[in-house]
Amino acid sequence: MTQQELIERIKEKASSIIMEVSEGIDCPVVRVEKGMLLDFMKLLKNDLDFSFDLIADVTAVDYPERVPRFDVIYHIFSIKNSQRVRVKVSVDDGGGVESVTCIWRGAEWLEREVYDMFGITFYNHPDLRRILMEEDFKYYPLRKDFPLEGIEE
Amino acid sequence: MGIEKNLANLGIVTTCLDKVLNWARKNSLWPMTFGLACCALEMMVTVSARHDIARFGAEVYRGSPRQADLLIVPGTLTKKMLPMVLRLYEQMPEPKWVIAYGNCACTGGVFRTYNVVQGIDQYIPVDVYMAGCPPKPETLLTAIVMLRDKIDKESLKNRG
Repeated sequence: MTQQELIERIKEKASSIIMEVSEGIDCPVVRVEKGMLLDFMKLLKNDLDFSFDLIADVTAVDYPERVPRFDVIYHIFSIKNSQRVRVKVSVDDGGGVESVTCIWRGAEWLEREVYDMFGITFYNHPDLRRILMEEDFKYYPLRKDFPLEGIEE
Repeated sequence: MGIEKNLANLGIVTTCLDKVLNWARKNSLWPMTFGLACCALEMMVTVSARHDIARFGAEVYRGSPRQADLLIVPGTLTKKMLPMVLRLYEQMPEPKWVIAYGNCACTGGVFRTYNVVQGIDQYIPVDVYMAGCPPKPETLLTAIVMLRDKIDKESLKNRG
C-alpha cells in the first residue's frame, strides 16, 4: 500500500472519527479528537487492512503560545504491511488523554515518559509514575518554559 | 644501634606501623566493578594486557563494595543514579578512596543540565580528579600513582 492508498483507506473507514488526514514526509498524519482516540486506535490495530500491531513511539510537543498547549503524537507501525502512521491529539495544559495501553501494552513506559517530561496525564494507565526523573521531582523538564539548568531549590 | 643489629640477626625488622600499613594498602588497591558511562570503557581497557594496571596492584576488580578499597566514579552521574552510588560508597569498609574519572564525574562536564550531578565531590570526598573526555588509560594509571603517593603520606593518627 502506498501512502496515498493508505490515506484513502483511512478516509474510507474512519472519516467519521478523525478530524483530518494529510500526507507527511514519511507517512500519513492523522489528527484525532481526544474523545475519539481509542476508537480510532482500535480500528488501526484490529482492522485487517491496517493491522498496526506495534506502537513505535509516544511523544509530545509543547506549543507554549497555543491553546490547547500540547500535541501527543503516536507513531504506529504495521509489521505485516511494513507501514507507518502518525496520530496526533491535542491536549490542554493540565489535561490528559486516554491511555492506549489497553490496545498496545508496549505503550506503558512510553506514556510514563510523556507524563514525566510534559505532565500530561494518561487516564486508565496501569502504573502512571515518573520514569526518568527521581520520584520527588516537581517539574516537567521538556516543557518550553523549563530552564535547561534546572530550578534551584 | 646495637639492638637493631641484634634483632636483624634474629630475622626481625623494626619499622613504623604507618609505613607497613600504607605499604600494604597502596599495593593492594581493589577497585569496585562499577561503570556509569563511556569513561567506564576506558577504565576497562586499563585492566587489559597493554596497559596492565596489575603493575600497581589494582587489577582485582571486586563485585562487592564490601571487598573494595577504591571507588572509581567513571562517567556522567545522573541525579536518578546518585542514591545508588552513595549506597555503594557507604557499603565500602574503611579505609576507602575515591577517584573521579572524567570531566562529568569531576564537574558535570558538558552536561550543565537539570538531571546531571555537577560533580560527585558535592556528595562524597574525592581523592584524585581526572580530567578528560574520556581520560586515556594512562591517565588512570597516573591517578593511581598519585593515589599511592597520597596513601604513603597518610597516618593512623588521622585515619582509621
